[in-house]
Amino acid sequence: MSPAVAPPLPDEDAVREILRGVADPEIPAISIVDLGMVERIEVDATRIEVELLPTFVGCPAQEMIRSSVIDALAPLGRPTVVGFSFRRPWTSDRITDAGRERLKASGFAPPADPAEVCCPYCGSGRVAMDSAFGSTQCRSLFYCRDCRQPFEAFKVI
Amino acid sequence: MTVTALDLRTQAALGDLVLTMADDEFVIGFSDSEWTGIAPILEEDVAMSSIAQDELGHARALYELLASHLDDGRDADAIAYDREPEEYRHARLLDHGRGDWATTIARRFLYDTADAARLASIGEGWPPLAELVAKIRREERYHVMHALAWADRLARAGGEARERFVAALEALAPDAPSVLAAPDDEAALLEAGILSRPMAEAFAGWRTEVAGILGPLGINLALEPTAGAARSRPAPSDEFRWLWGEFTSVRRSDPGATW
Repeated sequence: MSPAVAPPLPDEDAVREILRGVADPEIPAISIVDLGMVERIEVDATRIEVELLPTFVGCPAQEMIRSSVIDALAPLGRPTVVGFSFRRPWTSDRITDAGRERLKASGFAPPADPAEVCCPYCGSGRVAMDSAFGSTQCRSLFYCRDCRQPFEAFKVI
Repeated sequence: MTVTALDLRTQAALGDLVLTMADDEFVIGFSDSEWTGIAPILEEDVAMSSIAQDELGHARALYELLASHLDDGRDADAIAYDREPEEYRHARLLDHGRGDWATTIARRFLYDTADAARLASIGEGWPPLAELVAKIRREERYHVMHALAWADRLARAGGEARERFVAALEALAPDAPSVLAAPDDEAALLEAGILSRPMAEAFAGWRTEVAGILGPLGINLALEPTAGAARSRPAPSDEFRWLWGEFTSVRRSDPGATW
């Protein structure tokens, strides 16, 4: 009979890798890692701690993201604590290059100065901002004059 | 940094400051959310709803700061909803209801520009507040841009649009400076670096800024500093009492329920 063995201590990279499968429900195209929300991961013998930076102060998805992170890390077999903090402000330039590409592929223009925004469908720069505010806190509304397609762009924040 | 590193007098002043900021954001956010579904154009329906959501989010984060560090055991919802109308500390500017579109834009213009001056006056003295404010300021920039664009549009429109906008500005002007009224114990906040400058200085800068925006539009607005105790008022307005009845109605329908 072998003694019970505690699961091996996961390292930070293993936790980060799992979090690549967790998304903000309002931005399903990219993970919270590519979104730049993951500020800190700490693993010790007793628990896993994940510190996230909210994209917007009033983002209503925070509780859902918290429970998705806890569910995703459950197989590691350790108590998980997920905290949101404003230790440093989340800014839209925290989105990774891979994240920007995936946003664009999903029809959602990555954050850019309004003069630099390009249509995610046809690539044209002949676009106009209809409104700085969109269907969620992080979106602005644009219209492409070339392919005549309305689209959303991530706000620069 | 826990708040216990601050002396009791500073803690009290800080609690008062955070509550006034939270109540301002909560009241204007809830009030502007009334435009959802009835704004004059679709883009504005979305914009005003989004701005209101931002403001309620800021209020929630500020109430949570209070609940975690400065209050005696109430949670953020209890602080937000379980007070009598007389206990709210919002600026007198926000005792005015949303009114028509011109009033809403005038109120937003005066509030957003004054709030930006207040946020710029928060120092590094208490990091939890300084960090939250750094984040809030990034979002508020969009609100200021929105308010300025609409103020310009209404003022240049001429006719009834301009008349209503100017009348709304004039009606709100006496109460607008209340956003930048000095907190009750400003000296303690300045001493602790929680405020980086006196509110009188923020007010002077704001008045110059407003004159610089409205002057070229041919509007001269008299803005006089708020005298005496900043947030004290004889009684909240009927418009605020009505709003309070709205925003507390669900909570009061089943006290203590978990929603």
